[in-house]
Amino acid sequence: MKFRNMRELVQLCEDRNIKFSQAMFEYECDTSGIDREKIISRMADKLSVMKLSAERGLQGLKSYSGMTGGNAKLIHDYMLKGDCLTGGVFLNAISIAIAINENNAAMGVICATPTAGSCGVVPGVLLALQKSLNKTDDDIIKALFAAGAVGYIIANNAVISGATGGCQAEVGSASAMAAAAAVELKGGSPSQCANACAIALKNMLGLSCDPLAGLVEVPCIKRNAVGAANALCAAEMALAGVISYVPCDEVIDSMYRIGISMPLALRETALGGLAASETGKKWKEKLWSGNSHNE
Amino acid sequence: MKYQSVFDIIGPVMVGPSSSHTAGAVRIGLLARKLFGREPEKAVIHFFGSFAKTYKGHATDVAALAGLMGLSTFDGGIPNAFNIAKEKGLDYSFIEESAIPEHPNTIVIDMYAADKFSSVKGVSLGGGLVEICEVDGFALKLSGESPALLIFHIDAYGAVADVTHILAKNKINISHMEVSRLEKGRLALMVIETDQSVPDDIFSAILSQPNIERVVRLSL
Repeated sequence: MKFRNMRELVQLCEDRNIKFSQAMFEYECDTSGIDREKIISRMADKLSVMKLSAERGLQGLKSYSGMTGGNAKLIHDYMLKGDCLTGGVFLNAISIAIAINENNAAMGVICATPTAGSCGVVPGVLLALQKSLNKTDDDIIKALFAAGAVGYIIANNAVISGATGGCQAEVGSASAMAAAAAVELKGGSPSQCANACAIALKNMLGLSCDPLAGLVEVPCIKRNAVGAANALCAAEMALAGVISYVPCDEVIDSMYRIGISMPLALRETALGGLAASETGKKWKEKLWSGNSHNE
Repeated sequence: MKYQSVFDIIGPVMVGPSSSHTAGAVRIGLLARKLFGREPEKAVIHFFGSFAKTYKGHATDVAALAGLMGLSTFDGGIPNAFNIAKEKGLDYSFIEESAIPEHPNTIVIDMYAADKFSSVKGVSLGGGLVEICEVDGFALKLSGESPALLIFHIDAYGAVADVTHILAKNKINISHMEVSRLEKGRLALMVIETDQSVPDDIFSAILSQPNIERVVRLSL
């Protein structure tokens, strides 16, 4: 079972009446030669890492560099008080997304999804939906295969590293993966998944990778929350029947062309954008001169 | 297709914060340890390029040391590497090098034990992938993704044939091989990557050949 782009994946799913998750799972079985049960248990292990990572982050962590931390707990506590604008799935998703990325910055164990810098987006959305939709771990494992199918297509037709394509390639890709997985989890069709993916990625086009002092912290951690929120927004639109005017594969190609034409200063070099702001310069001096060490 | 598996996308599991600056550094340390063949008593770790500037914020120092002590990229003990080293009595130090390296993310690890010294240079290529590019002054290319033999031998005719003959006789297939020497007729290095691991008896057989000085085995 093979698919090279979104058009082929949707066609394959419609022809065989299967979902993204099953197409990805069958592909993995075909190409890896590993037992079917083993492949599922490997994905279950990734889910366990995500859950532990979220739990750890929600307790409130300080980053290894000493620059950031504690925001996941702040948001989670605010949510629990109940006096907020949105609440429910939305706040849960963004607090988990931030928790997992804070855990990454604090040298915790994480599962790169698809990268370390964007590791909070997909689990943020899926773990929040697991609670609100009352889904089992098996359902979430399937949703991770669906997210993986989208990431596989983006990685092979564009890029997923900030150094090559900016933040749109990392958090943008993660957001598109989460959006499609959320639609599948809610029972949406393959073409709705593709639309969610296209809408989510379109809304992230052009995002630069310009973190302070080159560390995976500012603005990366908060941007994981935005990636999760954007995924929920795109998924809701797709489930309502909204269609992306630009087909998903063309959006992915656009992301690639924008990425490679971005100036180097905005691609993980800590030379431009936020990294070159007054605050950015201050942190660069503090952390690069080697005086600060938070053990 | 560059990416072959769903687990290239959902994964790897690693200790943060950076796949190139943290996970990659653990892996270089781990490969250096395997090439050294034991736990070093003393290690001097040199950082070049981007690593020299940002190693503290990304914990590249902690990561490289953790790998050198045998911790894997997803070991929760990595942040405690300095303490673990102190408990073990491993004498370690870090040097920020100003020389401009060929690759921006370069580490050189000098390892010392009672009667032993080795220096390994590695680069972190991104996404946690690494390459060992120098061992004791010899240039090579080693990903650490397959088993390998590093055979230091006298640069003499027949030395290569002796080794490949033993491997062939024992049905061990060579997937990649390169030979380099510093000077004609002096010490040379054969790097042989194999599809199968090389068992102890074959390892000893190779070591007992004439012209063979030292053999380092890299298992997975």
